[in-house]
Amino acid sequence: MSWRRRNLERDAAREIAAATVDDDRPMDPGSILELQNLCTTFHTDEGAVKAVDDVSLRIRRGSTTCIVGESGSGKSATARSIIQVVDHPGRVDAGRVLYRPAADRPAADRPAADRPVVDLAALDATGPGIRSIRGREIGLVFQEPMSSLSPVHTIGDQIGELLELHERLAPAAARERVIDDLRRVGIPRPEERFGAYTFQLSGGMRQRAMIAMALVCRPSLLIADEPTTALDVTTQAQILDLLAELKESLGMTLMFITHDLGVVAEIADDVVVMRHGKVVEHGPVDQIFHDPRHEYTRELLAALPQRTTLAVDEPAQAAAAEQPARPLLRIEDLEMTFEAAAGTMFGRRRRTERVNAVDKVTLDIPEGSTVGLVGESGCGKTTLGRCVLRAYRPTAGRLLYTGADGRETDLARLSEKELLPFRRQIRMVFQDPYGSLNPRMTVRQVVGEPLRVAGLASGSELDGRVEEMLERVGLKRSMAGRYPHAFSGGERQRIGIARALITEPRLVVADEAVSALDVSVRTQILELLAELQGDLGLTYLFISHDLSVVERICDQVAVMYFGVMVEHGPAEQVFADPRHGYTRALLSAVPVADPRQRGTRSRVDYEPEDSAA
Amino acid sequence: MWRFIAMRVLHVIPTLIAISMIAFFIIQLPPGDFLSTQVARLEAAGQSVDQAQMDALRERYGIGEPFWVQYAKWIGNIVLHGDFGLSFQFQQPVSTLIADRLPLTLALGIATLMFTWAIALPAGIYSAIKQHTWGDYTISGIGFVALAVPQFLAALVLAYLGFALFDQSVGGMFSPEYVNAPWGIGKFVDLLGHLWIPVVVIGLAGTAGIIRVTRANMLDELNKPYVITARAKGLSEGKLVTKYPVRIAMNPFISTAGWHLPSLFDGEIIVAQVLALGTIGPLLLEALKSQDMYLAGGIILIIAVLTVIGTLISDLLLAAVDPRVRFGKA
Amino acid sequence: MSTETPTQTPVDTPDELATETGRSAADVTVASQRQLIWWRFRRHRLAMAGLWVMIAMYVVAVFAGFFAPFSKDTTSADHAYQPPQLPSFSFSEGFYVHPTTGSTDPETLARVFEEDTSRVINLGFFVRGDEYSLLGVIDTNIHLFGPTEAGERFYLLGADRTGGDLLSKIIYGAQISLSLGLAGVAISLVLGLVLGGISGYFGGWIDSVIQRIIELIMSIPTLPLWLGLAAAIPPQWGPTRTYFMITIILSLLGWTSLARVIRGRLLQTRTEDYVLAAKLDGVRTRRIISRHMLPSFLSHIIATVSLAVPAMILAETSLSFLGLGLRAPAVSWGVLLQDAQSVQVVATAPWLLLPGLAVVVAVVAFNFVGDGLRDSADPYGRRTT
Repeated sequence: MSWRRRNLERDAAREIAAATVDDDRPMDPGSILELQNLCTTFHTDEGAVKAVDDVSLRIRRGSTTCIVGESGSGKSATARSIIQVVDHPGRVDAGRVLYRPAADRPAADRPAADRPVVDLAALDATGPGIRSIRGREIGLVFQEPMSSLSPVHTIGDQIGELLELHERLAPAAARERVIDDLRRVGIPRPEERFGAYTFQLSGGMRQRAMIAMALVCRPSLLIADEPTTALDVTTQAQILDLLAELKESLGMTLMFITHDLGVVAEIADDVVVMRHGKVVEHGPVDQIFHDPRHEYTRELLAALPQRTTLAVDEPAQAAAAEQPARPLLRIEDLEMTFEAAAGTMFGRRRRTERVNAVDKVTLDIPEGSTVGLVGESGCGKTTLGRCVLRAYRPTAGRLLYTGADGRETDLARLSEKELLPFRRQIRMVFQDPYGSLNPRMTVRQVVGEPLRVAGLASGSELDGRVEEMLERVGLKRSMAGRYPHAFSGGERQRIGIARALITEPRLVVADEAVSALDVSVRTQILELLAELQGDLGLTYLFISHDLSVVERICDQVAVMYFGVMVEHGPAEQVFADPRHGYTRALLSAVPVADPRQRGTRSRVDYEPEDSAA
Repeated sequence: MWRFIAMRVLHVIPTLIAISMIAFFIIQLPPGDFLSTQVARLEAAGQSVDQAQMDALRERYGIGEPFWVQYAKWIGNIVLHGDFGLSFQFQQPVSTLIADRLPLTLALGIATLMFTWAIALPAGIYSAIKQHTWGDYTISGIGFVALAVPQFLAALVLAYLGFALFDQSVGGMFSPEYVNAPWGIGKFVDLLGHLWIPVVVIGLAGTAGIIRVTRANMLDELNKPYVITARAKGLSEGKLVTKYPVRIAMNPFISTAGWHLPSLFDGEIIVAQVLALGTIGPLLLEALKSQDMYLAGGIILIIAVLTVIGTLISDLLLAAVDPRVRFGKA
Repeated sequence: MSTETPTQTPVDTPDELATETGRSAADVTVASQRQLIWWRFRRHRLAMAGLWVMIAMYVVAVFAGFFAPFSKDTTSADHAYQPPQLPSFSFSEGFYVHPTTGSTDPETLARVFEEDTSRVINLGFFVRGDEYSLLGVIDTNIHLFGPTEAGERFYLLGADRTGGDLLSKIIYGAQISLSLGLAGVAISLVLGLVLGGISGYFGGWIDSVIQRIIELIMSIPTLPLWLGLAAAIPPQWGPTRTYFMITIILSLLGWTSLARVIRGRLLQTRTEDYVLAAKLDGVRTRRIISRHMLPSFLSHIIATVSLAVPAMILAETSLSFLGLGLRAPAVSWGVLLQDAQSVQVVATAPWLLLPGLAVVVAVVAFNFVGDGLRDSADPYGRRTT
């Protein structure tokens, strides 16, 4: 075994020596990593797609560099190209990835600037050379810790494996180190967690374990690929704090990939903006935010909801403030309980557990206003929205809806048949623009469906109204004959809005209606929603986990936490002077998209019970 | 874990009861009862009928009584006394007939299972890792054909080839000189020499099926993010593939291993018939053709019970290797 | 978690669909689901080949009387175990074979055939021969290919024990073997739709009970049960009744996997956003099921069905082969293979295995088509192989 290992090390050293670059000045002495004209292409039967297109950038030793871009910008592919772990069938085609090993690694006797520079792109993608770099020199953290960790191996096994591989520690010694590191990343009771499986940990804990794994060999460079995107905002804040602290104490360099400019403003020293596989701008964080050179960067920043500059001068809002008297919908003591099956094995043994998804919520929705409903995943906001729509039948409580004629009806107790007229007055815009449109129906059929089944319109009259509505939401009349697959995500969301509005509703429930969209598209859709509200006198119940979006468009805000509404009030008041501890924690966790304000706020933690499990 | 095992074992009981009812239902299917058939037979052969003995049998098997009473007596005799009834064709207790042939049947079944796994798993994994290579195409192509060939046809062709090319007597499990010989190394070697044809034939379709499943599972798993994670750790390709995707792709396979057992018995019946093996299959056929219903029912019951036990074992194995099942998160 | 994360987008832009279907993006934007599936299916070369083979086999089976040189009942004791005859060709005679006379060697008991090279049997296309009725309505005696002189014998694929022409029997056997596969699956499908539908739609304890029954049936070997049930068919029943009984027995145990697929699809579709959207549109339940849910899993069901047919064909063949399925004078591939029960027979007349080849070809063709369908059933997914 040991001779094989020695051979392996010799092969690795030989490969790395062969990939060593001996130009005069191959890279800047202060850099740890430089990409030069990197190209990564996905080769498929039907042709090649350039995911990374001639990318050059440099990362200073000890800095935090953020790569920011929208989906499909090639930021992930760039990160993966560095250590050549691009998904099949991707391949690094051209360019150089220059990397200077850290001080305590091979050739450590020479001063930093003289240490040899290795071109990682020149190494064989499966050879011992690049493998000796992966995990040891460069660590990688992914977005989805659940799927990025093996479900059938223990956490300890998956982390300890690195120590056995790169530092040749015996399993017992590795165990000690792993437990130390688990404690270091803030996992309570690490001795127990060592033998735990991924599904036994919460999302935040899983990501901490993933970070511990990436750092266990003390790499010089940590690449974090959207590590907080799948997490709630308060958990995100904790993970960002942890990364900053670890970077400091371990003296690492951090390369952070994200789509969220708020996060960038919080943590970055340098920023690289990418689009369509190319770098559009590269510079210090302050310059990027306050003196953006490239048009696209400016667009991104403009699309960013600014918490500091609140747009409150909309006429509808002023009107609503003057006459708050008539609520369109009064939610009273609404409760929704689910029978959840727990501990199923082969679907046979079932223990049913009652889950109070919505617990005695009372909320007024004034006519013409926009009420925001915020909270983290699992807080019951979506369930509340679906109760309002009567997709669910509430377990208890009342939904008092005031019709156009002033009559009040309790929707909670109506039968499906009695509900039909109200289904046209209360409509929904879905989160997922892909799943909510039946792929087998044309846009004309999808949008016209509610009118057709109600017998309100048919034939050319129906077609006319559908096309008119398409125009209304910013699509072309000629698009009515197409199928949903012919549209982009933003266009599909417009179709979804057209479908909601075709029945001339009074209340629209928008459940995370812009969450799946890229920042720039998101802004367009929000603007469209605001414009339609003014024109048609709509009332919105806007459900979102994204506080900045809610702050931008809502008059009133309700905050939910584990099924209970913890705070409710006018938007300005809730955001400026939150009363409840949870709201304060939530607000303090939201990244502020301005690097100059970094460190001006302190984070508030809210721990009503042990949420560490 | 013990709780899990206990629960799983408890679940088998209703299944067993249902199976025994189905078996008994089949016994009852042919018109008339077996005693009358027996009497008719004896009389046709010119033999005298011992009325007292007939009455005793009538009492013992509850003949003439309602279905449920007969069923209760039948299953009661099996569970309490190991009495599966009488085969009128062989004039022997069914239990003796089955016991004679069961060991060889089990040997054949286990050998086939081993063969199937030994071939199918490596082939499936190889096929997935080397996707779109000639090796992959060859394996997949052979698999496609193997799935389509009826087992008796494969048995006939192989037997014919063995006969034509190797001049081997392919019928039976033993060469003539060993048939009545006591067990010894020579006899065992002779058995192995004969066993391979039925093993290959019975295992063929199963092997092809498992190759397809393994390949598909592996292709799924190979694209999972945790494989990239393992690669980013610096593990070598060989090590990361065997440690992660192979391990996980095995799980659905282990869980469905129990489902391959029924097809194993199906194949055994057909192939044993063609190759004239001394296993349970031909006995069942003979019993069915001559409407020797207690024998047929007993065999069906035994085969079904063995399968259920096999499925149970594979379920427990899955729980042992997959923590998600153990902790009820699958 | 799922409500918060940006959704993973499958193939769905016109460009990607265009590459998946091999069509232009402009075509794809106005293409219906069915067209997408068909375009995608057409790109599977093996599946297309399977489809053509399938169509050819069914055409031959439907017009069996025309394609078969002889009637399935004509025998000739002289020609028992006659080996296949390869037609010769000469410009003066066209296609022809020499007539043979068979006899049994009294010492070895082997069949010996003597060719009478002085005479020829002329072969031709569209010849008049045995009477048959086309599609059960048109009585005619025209055969695609055969001896020009009615009453002469010619064995392209050899003869069986009774001297019947194997080719004709295989062609007639296709009628039963191929139709039984379809009929069995049709009954299974009805059972599967009803029980799987009930299971998936109502859920709760009904679902549990049906699922337990399915697990039970799947956990016991089917062949012994088939055999047990088939053994109860009275031997005096005619071929038609036996045929229906066998079909019912096969589907009685074959519906389980279909029911599982249907239930799974139903449960999955029920949670789709667009189904909720339809409900909120005020669409009634019946229309939601027929207009929104059924079409979405119809393609998957067709794929599953086409994969279930070969299993039925194989099952029928095995049953008949073991002597507990159809019996002569009914002609199916399994019945024909009964003649090839022992190695000795196969050694002397290997051509008796040819009906098995027909089974293999049919099953492979169905499998290819089913695989292709399964792959294209979801035009928005990426191809897996």
